[in-house]
Amino acid sequence: MIEMLSYNFMIRALIVGTLVSLCAALLGVILVLKRYSMIGDGLSHVGFGALAIAAAANIAPLYVAIPVVLLAAFCLLRLSENSKINGDAAIAVISSTAVATGVIVASVTGLNTDLNSYLFGSVLATSNGDAVMCVVLSIVVILLFLLFYNKIFAVTFDESFSKACGTRPSVYNIIIAVLTALTIVIGMRIMGTLLISALIIFPSLTAMRLCKSFKSVMITAGILSVICFLLGLTASYYLDIPTGPTVVVSNCIMLVIFWLVSKIKACR
Amino acid sequence: MPLISCSNLKMGYEGKIVISDLTFDINSGDYLCIVGENGSGKTTLMKGLLGLISPISGKIEYLEGLKQRYIGYLPQQTSIQKDFPCSVLEVVLSGTLNKKFLPIYSKEQKNLALENMEKVNILDLKKKSFQELSGGQKQRVLLARALCATGKLLILDEPITGLDPIASQDLYDLIGKLNKQGITIVMVSHDITTSVKHASHILHMSGDSYFYGTTHQYMHSEIGEKFMLRDCPCDKCSHSNKGDRL
Repeated sequence: MIEMLSYNFMIRALIVGTLVSLCAALLGVILVLKRYSMIGDGLSHVGFGALAIAAAANIAPLYVAIPVVLLAAFCLLRLSENSKINGDAAIAVISSTAVATGVIVASVTGLNTDLNSYLFGSVLATSNGDAVMCVVLSIVVILLFLLFYNKIFAVTFDESFSKACGTRPSVYNIIIAVLTALTIVIGMRIMGTLLISALIIFPSLTAMRLCKSFKSVMITAGILSVICFLLGLTASYYLDIPTGPTVVVSNCIMLVIFWLVSKIKACR
Repeated sequence: MPLISCSNLKMGYEGKIVISDLTFDINSGDYLCIVGENGSGKTTLMKGLLGLISPISGKIEYLEGLKQRYIGYLPQQTSIQKDFPCSVLEVVLSGTLNKKFLPIYSKEQKNLALENMEKVNILDLKKKSFQELSGGQKQRVLLARALCATGKLLILDEPITGLDPIASQDLYDLIGKLNKQGITIVMVSHDITTSVKHASHILHMSGDSYFYGTTHQYMHSEIGEKFMLRDCPCDKCSHSNKGDRL
């Protein structure tokens, strides 16, 4: 463990990853309950396109990816709320277009070696500047979340009731979209485009196996997500395997364990 | 004194007009049932009263210190709620958010929630998981939440949908009890026969004609007679069809 922490890039990955795991788990509960799981996936693909373009243009990746993904989050949310267009199909169209664009840009500018790290993540990808920005953004996400926790619960549970009580659900949906977009962009470098959505969906699903109140689901999901990240990071370091996939597998194992426990409990 | 006054109301959605020139008052203490076929504009009117959509023309006035966001609303249950992990207390507490909104619920809000849970007799379910309750229990929880949001007026959207006969009867009794305690009730319902049994006033909407009056007036109106497959049990009236329909 001490040896692992003697590398600067590992410390950066540890800090950023822990914070991102926490943010992703909190938001994940809301997204899963709202049936918006796929929005996270769609946004990460858009993020990939943005990263590829930023790398080609030689701009710091986060400065391109954040605005682009935010914009995409607004669009996807609008599409999902608008019943005339099928939200599922819209997400598929947008995300595959973004990936295709990203791959073309990357291959034209000769960045093929980096493609792998964009798609599947790399602990080496985070620079010092990135890490500072990640910490600031994660703190913003967590604070906003705590501040609006009660309202977010009310709006997620029952939009029409909240609306009748004078809350404007669209405001909270936008807050959720913004927070999701930020979390995905921050986490994408370590976890990889293809795997970041796992960080959002797994912990909440796992927590929901056993927890029955909203607060306990939130707390459990947050703790589980951080534990799985730390396990994954450590395992990947000692076994010399990629970090993102290892974190996803540890999340999956946790889900299976929780699912089994809930089945055993139900049988009694 | 009316609590809500609607005058020359014209409402619709997606460019279609479903309500035109509707005028009626809801008085404090009334038990009003809004009945009518599908598509007659019941839900549109209810959404108008709640401020979820605004009228095309005409106006809805809130009087006697009633504010739109202080109306207690019992919506139909959504598919999201079927597997939503939350405790009964968490749901009821969320009804107090129109009064005060802080990251943590205050002592007052908690007391209000407990008080209303007692009113609808679910205090023992406080820590239970909402998704594991029966249909009737769920409605009681949502009713307690609505009571937290209001002290004056409840608007109920088809509250007995999906309930078995015993649970429906229990819910009707509970709503009747709340009405006697001084809470004005507005209920949207399909079930005309049962509505007539409990309501003090009826608003019947069908196409572009409306009937608004007391339940007794309704039972003797042309439209009421057409929909009621039973006779008025009161002694005062000599119904022309008395006995024929049974």
